[in-house]
Amino acid sequence: MHEIQAAVVAEHVGFLWWIPALPAIGVLFHIFLGRRVRETVVSVIAPAVVGLSFILASVAFCRIWSGPPGLVLQQTLWSWLPVGSLNVAFALQVDALTAVMILVVTGVGFLIHLYSVGYMHGDPGYARYFAYLNLFTVAMLLLVMADNLLLMFVGWEGVGLCSYLLIGFWYDKDANASAGKKAFIVNRVGDAAFLVGIFLLFWHLGPGAHSLSFTEIAERARHVSPAVLTAVTLLLFIGATGKSAQLPLYVWLPDAMAGPTPVSALIHAATMVTAGVYMIARLHSVYELAPVSLEVVAIVGALTAVFAATIGLVQTDIKKVLAYSTISQLGYMFLAVGVGAFAAGIFHLVTHAFFKALLFLGSGSVIHALNGEQDIRKMGGLRHHLPITYRTFLVGTLAIAGVPGFAGFFSKDMILARAFAHAPILWGLALVGAGLTAFYMLRLFSLVFLGECRADARTKAHLHESPSTMTVPLVILAVLAVVGGYVGLPEFLAWGNRFGAFLAPVVGNGEHAQHHPQLTLELALIGASILAVLTGMGLAYRFYVQAPEIPERLARRWRGAYRLLWNKYYVDELYDAAIVRPVTQLAHFLWRQFDLAVVDGAVNGAGEAVQETGRWLRRWQTGNVQHYALSLLLGTLALLAYFLGRG
Amino acid sequence: MPLLSLIVFTPLLAALMLVGIPREQAQALRRAALLFSLVPFALAVWLLLEFNGARGDLQWTERAAWIPRYGIHYMLGVDGISLFLVVLTTFLMPIVFLQAWDVHKRLKEYLVLLFVMETGMLGALVATDLFLFYVFWELMLIPMYFLIGIWGGERRIYAAIKLVLYTMAGSLLMLVAMIYLAIAHQQEVGQYSFAWEHLLQLRLPLETQRLLFAAFALAFAIKVPMFPLHTWLPDAHTEAPTGGSVILAAILLKMGTYGFLRFAIPLFPEVAVEAMPIIAVLAVIGIIYGALVCMVQPDLKRLVAYSSVSHLGFVMLGMAALNLQGVQGSLYQMLNHGLSTGGLFLAVGALYERRHTRLIAEFGGLWAPLPVYGALFLVVMLSSVGLPGLNGFVGEFLILLGAFGRFPWAAILGTTGVILGAVYLLWMFQRVMFGPVTNPENKSLKDLSVREIAMFAPLVVLFVFMGLYPKPFLVRMEPSVRLTLERVESRARSASSACNDGIACVARGGQR
Repeated sequence: MHEIQAAVVAEHVGFLWWIPALPAIGVLFHIFLGRRVRETVVSVIAPAVVGLSFILASVAFCRIWSGPPGLVLQQTLWSWLPVGSLNVAFALQVDALTAVMILVVTGVGFLIHLYSVGYMHGDPGYARYFAYLNLFTVAMLLLVMADNLLLMFVGWEGVGLCSYLLIGFWYDKDANASAGKKAFIVNRVGDAAFLVGIFLLFWHLGPGAHSLSFTEIAERARHVSPAVLTAVTLLLFIGATGKSAQLPLYVWLPDAMAGPTPVSALIHAATMVTAGVYMIARLHSVYELAPVSLEVVAIVGALTAVFAATIGLVQTDIKKVLAYSTISQLGYMFLAVGVGAFAAGIFHLVTHAFFKALLFLGSGSVIHALNGEQDIRKMGGLRHHLPITYRTFLVGTLAIAGVPGFAGFFSKDMILARAFAHAPILWGLALVGAGLTAFYMLRLFSLVFLGECRADARTKAHLHESPSTMTVPLVILAVLAVVGGYVGLPEFLAWGNRFGAFLAPVVGNGEHAQHHPQLTLELALIGASILAVLTGMGLAYRFYVQAPEIPERLARRWRGAYRLLWNKYYVDELYDAAIVRPVTQLAHFLWRQFDLAVVDGAVNGAGEAVQETGRWLRRWQTGNVQHYALSLLLGTLALLAYFLGRG
Repeated sequence: MPLLSLIVFTPLLAALMLVGIPREQAQALRRAALLFSLVPFALAVWLLLEFNGARGDLQWTERAAWIPRYGIHYMLGVDGISLFLVVLTTFLMPIVFLQAWDVHKRLKEYLVLLFVMETGMLGALVATDLFLFYVFWELMLIPMYFLIGIWGGERRIYAAIKLVLYTMAGSLLMLVAMIYLAIAHQQEVGQYSFAWEHLLQLRLPLETQRLLFAAFALAFAIKVPMFPLHTWLPDAHTEAPTGGSVILAAILLKMGTYGFLRFAIPLFPEVAVEAMPIIAVLAVIGIIYGALVCMVQPDLKRLVAYSSVSHLGFVMLGMAALNLQGVQGSLYQMLNHGLSTGGLFLAVGALYERRHTRLIAEFGGLWAPLPVYGALFLVVMLSSVGLPGLNGFVGEFLILLGAFGRFPWAAILGTTGVILGAVYLLWMFQRVMFGPVTNPENKSLKDLSVREIAMFAPLVVLFVFMGLYPKPFLVRMEPSVRLTLERVESRARSASSACNDGIACVARGGQR
């Protein structure tokens, strides 16, 4: 693997900066002119800049594709932070990994911009919305194109900012604003750890100048002690658990659904939340030197995958189900990178971007049609009214459930196989998660599209399929949610894992590493996962289509467990009681009891004492300014004499 | 040409010229003040362009005898440490004068005092004679006393007196220490001297140095303000008029941190190295304590005031690191804090002009009536939060990076300030700007005027520029910071040749 990386071919190209700069131009346009021009102008410019970016990203992708293995496109824009031995550049790079990421970001991003044109039509904050959305694209592109850790952090926090702004986009509702704030703050907790990781790394990189570029880090990491690397990688991973909504910092993502639905699709499903996975893949050579950290990543990923899936079983808000499913799927990606299957993790990231964006946009179409209703108990039977949404949503459901032939099947199975090779227990967890996923997704699908419509009459009368700006992206994403999987087939099929081969020069080709499963074993594993998926789907069909009384009966029978899941394991309440409230109380205490009582008490007390003395001294005082000046001088001289006497 | 003298005294000249304008012509007074304030700024820009960024020592020095018998001279000079603080001061004054359109009470005196204040601040920044520095240092205090005492809020008298007493308590001891230094110079060399460059050469017994350092440090720590000497600040800030708060936060507090870097540390390097762990601990307490107290403030302005305690904690933490990243970050953060906290006070002031209250509970949902204000306030708030891509991040990152090299645990604890900073600022912003408009009085508020936008615009441009391209600042600071650190290092090393007790081990993690 290292020998492959040694063969890095760098090429300096001048157009890279345009990829993030185009959406940046969009941002400036919306800010300064957005409110003055008609809505149509904004709705042309906002997707157009991202579309142009996509074209440039494709050009870069083709260069990598057709170039020698290990080709890296680079562009250094300016020297950013030169202080002593620190010399960080504002520099961009595109290698195979980044090429994949920018295609997803600009490609899916473009579709979601397009969709938003219809979805946000008539909103008073139209220009503001697109300013935020374009800004998000800029930050996300910076995150994946940065050639060093610190610039990546700029994008990292930048996407967090846009997430904050977009979750609270409809700011006049307090709940939305609170959700946005929560997202930012929880992310900041992770980011603080991330920063400490950077500090620790910097001070252990050895003598000489440091650009903190990924190439440099990969090179120098070999000379850093394993203990330090473990600490660094774990700290960076804490950052990832914030951004990518893993245990224990996932709590912001379900609340983030308060934002407009296209935002949930783009930011809280397809792109931003995958940043942590990208970060680990990007730093894979450091993580590989810290096996303990990788183990932690894998375990956290597997646990999150199951944990979030169980909550998803009982949620009734269409977006909340999808949110927990996102957390769960992100868990799979971390499981993948944790067991060293970096390419598989990124592969799942890509397919997930397709089908989860599709599912969210589909849910947006449903919500749109139902006049804002998000409760799946009040839906049902929508297949007749929303034919395109229905079909595309079905594709998405099958893809995420991991039905053979759909994208999610290939990527998830690659992860399962590698997990099994690493530790069967992780595989077991992932398999359970897969079954749960199939169950809650089919439950969601059944409750929304099958059976009888449970909406009230007025809503029913207004049911309509969404406009074409919304359905066209759905169709495109549905196609991708099928064909997207075929770039990474199992090794024994047709053209094999093209995706893995493409990424191999960057993240190594783990498939050839030790423990490559036997063909029979691989087939057995695939069989097991298909069985799990079919069981999950079958149960869901039985529960929610054939015999809808079963779930209620179960909920009554297993009341405790049901309530635990319904209340999301009371984690929010736990954090509130263990952290939020004590800190607030401490703050009150410090202000009232320390600042005002102790310090100011002492100061005011001293002041009063002086006044008292003054009253007593007044007999000798004339109230004349000269006298005060004189005493000041005398005091000064006395002190001086004292000092001189000592010296 | 005496460029520094021009920069320092053109504001005083402006004050004199304002005296000549009749007080009835309020508009003429404001316009003249704004125009005059651009002169020192233009001169400072000229200084910036002519400044030799490769040199670490004092430039543009001026020297004239004042009271030569006691070694007191009129001596000015500028280096990479003071350069940008000078520019910052002159840059912010026009903004403060733009804000003066909202001042109606005793306008003329207000404007005159601001100019006197500017001379005091600029003088203190470029004075290289300790006595001269002290004169300017005290000169700043008097106008601020009146600014708070006359134009302040309800508890203005209490606040003003508290400010003066606090500050005087420290600065008198500092004066004693300065005089002691001059006399010590006389005993060592044969003649009195208050010249900074002469006093750097003094070799005093460690015991004496400790006392002298303590005297300087106390004066500066009160000004910074460092925990637990900060309680004058919330009162002074809250009661001061908007312009006064801006100056207080943006520049006056920097006199404390600047004083450490210019005087307390280089004059007593051995003791400074000894004291830095204490400073680091107090700085970290300040960061966390200030942020926590911010969270529960019901008064918007008091919240911003306490945020200064937290932010200045960062500045001191970076300085305590005594390495390039830390100290340069500290210097950079001084500028950042000046700009972003200045901006926050302007934002609070703009609300106060509209509603005559500063209570957070009175607001809510202001984005709807005030979208332009909201957008600008948002950027200012994010700059203060230290969002990467904006100026605040550069400073905080360098500070924490540097601090980590010397005091890892302090840096780790300080990093929690990054979280808390987001907590109190975002929560404040939410309660003021987001949610439904609960108070009917807020529904019909008028958005920012062109003049008010003009106050914020230069700040916002600088936030972005300084966040994305800090190099022009950093490279001009570096030689002077390096020189200062080298002096500290060599003195501390020679003081105890054996590097075993950790005191003299400045080199460890020093010049990285």
